[in-house]
Amino acid sequence: MLLLFALASILVVVLVGLFVFLQGYPLLAKTGFFTFLTGLEWLPGEGIFGILPMVIGTLAVTLGALIIGVPLGVTTAVFLAEYAPERIAFWTRRAVELLAGIPSVVYGLFGMTVIVPLVRHVALNWFGDLLSPEMRTGYGILAASLVLGIMILPTIVSISEDALRAVPKAYKEGSYALGVHQWQTIWHNTLPAAGTGIMSSVILGMGRAIGETMAILMVAGNAPAFPTSIFSPVRTLSGNIGLEMSYASGEHAQALFATGVVLFIVIMILNGLALLIARKGANA
Amino acid sequence: MISRLKRSVSVKILFVILVVALLAGGCASADPENTINISGSSSIQPLSEELANAFMEENSEITINVAGGGSSAGIKATRDGTSDIGASSRELESDEREGLTVIPIAIDGITLVVNPESQVDNLTLEQVRLIYSGQITNWSEVGGKDGAINTFTREEGSGTRGAFEDLVMKGAKISSKTGVQNTTGSLRTAVAGDPHAIAYISLGNVNDSIKVLAVDGVMPESETIKNGSYKLTRSFFYLTGEQPRGNARNFIDFVLSPDGQQIVRQNFISISDN
Repeated sequence: MLLLFALASILVVVLVGLFVFLQGYPLLAKTGFFTFLTGLEWLPGEGIFGILPMVIGTLAVTLGALIIGVPLGVTTAVFLAEYAPERIAFWTRRAVELLAGIPSVVYGLFGMTVIVPLVRHVALNWFGDLLSPEMRTGYGILAASLVLGIMILPTIVSISEDALRAVPKAYKEGSYALGVHQWQTIWHNTLPAAGTGIMSSVILGMGRAIGETMAILMVAGNAPAFPTSIFSPVRTLSGNIGLEMSYASGEHAQALFATGVVLFIVIMILNGLALLIARKGANA
Repeated sequence: MISRLKRSVSVKILFVILVVALLAGGCASADPENTINISGSSSIQPLSEELANAFMEENSEITINVAGGGSSAGIKATRDGTSDIGASSRELESDEREGLTVIPIAIDGITLVVNPESQVDNLTLEQVRLIYSGQITNWSEVGGKDGAINTFTREEGSGTRGAFEDLVMKGAKISSKTGVQNTTGSLRTAVAGDPHAIAYISLGNVNDSIKVLAVDGVMPESETIKNGSYKLTRSFFYLTGEQPRGNARNFIDFVLSPDGQQIVRQNFISISDN
């Protein structure tokens, strides 16, 4: 019985993949997978479909989110697992869990009304003349990364904390017995010992960042052009689908399904890579 | 043990809530004979809702569901028969038209909007085209204060964008660096928060947070749209299968009647005025 349920969930993944692929296949067959993947222009009205700027956009935004979210999340986890008095830890944990419960469209609203104007202010007043016009709107990689960085915090904090707590006491006690400070113990013993768990928190955070659509749509600017700075507006792969699906028909709709195929592949490659790294870390 | 007990209680409560919600949902969905489903263009949606409310006040046995989804979705849903009436804010392609009845219900103006702080009040059609194609990039080139022009557009496939491309761009491409937002609301937010921004939205969606520009010296108002001096206009359409029948027909008759067109006039231009 349980096996049946397990098989059902695998079947769902396969069906979703298959369906998206079948819907996108006619277009991929027509333009060619690599032309589609490496095309620089996205002009559905003229039947030109190239998504390289969006692949780059997705990677840039995800990387930005990890740069912001991982240090913040892991240090929060260390604080919760090693330093925080029970009461403070309790409330911090609740606050972080609450972050996970906020719907992404609300993050988008927050990003649109707080983060975008903030980034616009920085872009205009600090870098004004260096940036071309489209980079001064506030919508772009930086705003999207900030919003996503916050969104992936709960995943990173809770899984990293579990990993840190799972490190056997003996490791730490051995270190203390040698007269090593608490911070040095954390840095040299606890964190490396929890490395695999922390890595999986980063993988899951990354998964969330790549797939996030609504919040990104509202803050990324969504221009299908190559980003040239962190202030550039970008469109992500998931954003491309969310943005245009409701009005698309015919080839245009197929191209959006094909975008979904590429998104599927990107996620599989990144997850595979991350798993590989985690396994290496575990063996070392 | 206690925590397990608590959990099972909360699971039961959840179950009860679900069942109640399902039952309530079941009750609310009225008899399909007396339900009209409208879906399609998000520009037409607010108007459809107004019209539906007025119609339901007169005919309390009828329920009208108004959904968005976009012009293309509306056309598709009408074709499939999942919607009784589709709403499109763009002209239909000839292959889309087949088997459908297309009924114009209102005329909309496409307005260019900027931040209220902007000193620009008027642009020529040519200037708008050059701004959106990326050839004019500074407000000082069109009579405003020095500052980069931040352009915003709707996404590919949107009826409003389609109309804008036909009426303004005339073959020129909207620069790929233009910021893209997929709802009128987010365009308004972008413009309301950025003194250098420009966007285009439907006349019916203009509010106080943004400033409307004159185009070629003509402000978009019902008068100027009626007499044809304001050029950026398009029609809103309702679509039905071969021939509208039953309740859908009654509703469309109401929309086209003087009472219905009076509601259209609140934010748009009546087809009978043109």
